[in-house]
Amino acid sequence: MTEQDAVPTDSDVDLHVPAMRSEPRVPVLAAISAGGIAGALARYGLATAWPHPPDGFPWSTFVINVTGCFLIGVLMVIVTEVVTHKPLLRPFLGVGVLGGYTTFSTYIVDIQRAAGEGAALPALSYLALTLVGALLAVYAGTVLTRAAVRR
Amino acid sequence: MITVLLVALGAAIGAPLRYLTDRAVQARHDSVFPWGTFTVNVCGSLVLGFLTALPTSPSVTALLGTGFCGALTTYSTFSFETLRLVQQGARFYALVNVIASVVAGLGAAAIGLLLAQAVD
Repeated sequence: MTEQDAVPTDSDVDLHVPAMRSEPRVPVLAAISAGGIAGALARYGLATAWPHPPDGFPWSTFVINVTGCFLIGVLMVIVTEVVTHKPLLRPFLGVGVLGGYTTFSTYIVDIQRAAGEGAALPALSYLALTLVGALLAVYAGTVLTRAAVRR
Repeated sequence: MITVLLVALGAAIGAPLRYLTDRAVQARHDSVFPWGTFTVNVCGSLVLGFLTALPTSPSVTALLGTGFCGALTTYSTFSFETLRLVQQGARFYALVNVIASVVAGLGAAAIGLLLAQAVD
C-alpha cells in the first residue's frame, strides 16, 4: 500500500481508502456520536467561559478551531503510522471528538454577525486569521508528530 | 444542566449525520474535490444563519445551534483536506476548497438570515 492509499484526503471518511469503505456501521456510528458529544461539550464549555460581543473578535471559537486542527494533524499521523489496528480510534477521536469540537457554522455566522454590526475589520481579520492559523496548525501537527514517531 | 444535555443531544445526532452525509455524497460523486465536507459545512451554515436570525429560546440554540450545527460542521476535516490536497499537488483544488467553502458558507448563512426574516 502506498502512502497515497493509506492517508485519506477526507479525515472523516474517504471512500478512496479501501479500509474506510467497509467500516462496520453501528459501532462506528456509536463511537462518532459519543465522540461528538465530548467534543461539542468541550466547545460549549470554552465558549461559555470566554464570551465575545457581536462586534468583537471571537477568540474562543478561534482557539477551538486552531487547536482542533493541530490535533487532527497529530491524530491522522498516529492512526495511519502508529496505531493502525484500532478501527474505532479515528471515528471516535477524529470524526467524533475533533469534528464535534471544531465548527465551521459558528465561524461563518460570527463573521456574518460582525460584518452586520459594521465591524468589518474584526470580521475580515477573524476570517483570514482562522484560515491561516488552522492550516498552519494542521501542518504543524502532522510534521511534529511524524518527526516524533520516526525518531 | 438541561442546556448541557441539549448540546449533547444535538451533537449526538450532528456528528454521525456529518459522517453519513459525507459517505453518501462521496458514493454518488467521485471527485478529488471534497464535496462531502463542503456539503455539511454549507448546510450547517444555512441552518445556523437561520436560527441566529430568529428570536429563539436558549434551549433551541443549545440543541440545534451549539449541539447540532456545531457537530454537523467541522473545521478540522476542512483544514486536513485542504492540507492533503496541497500535499498531493492539487493546489488548485485546495485553493478552490478554501474560497468556495467560505463564500458558499457566507452565502448560505445570508440565505438563512433572509428566510428567518421572511418567516418571522
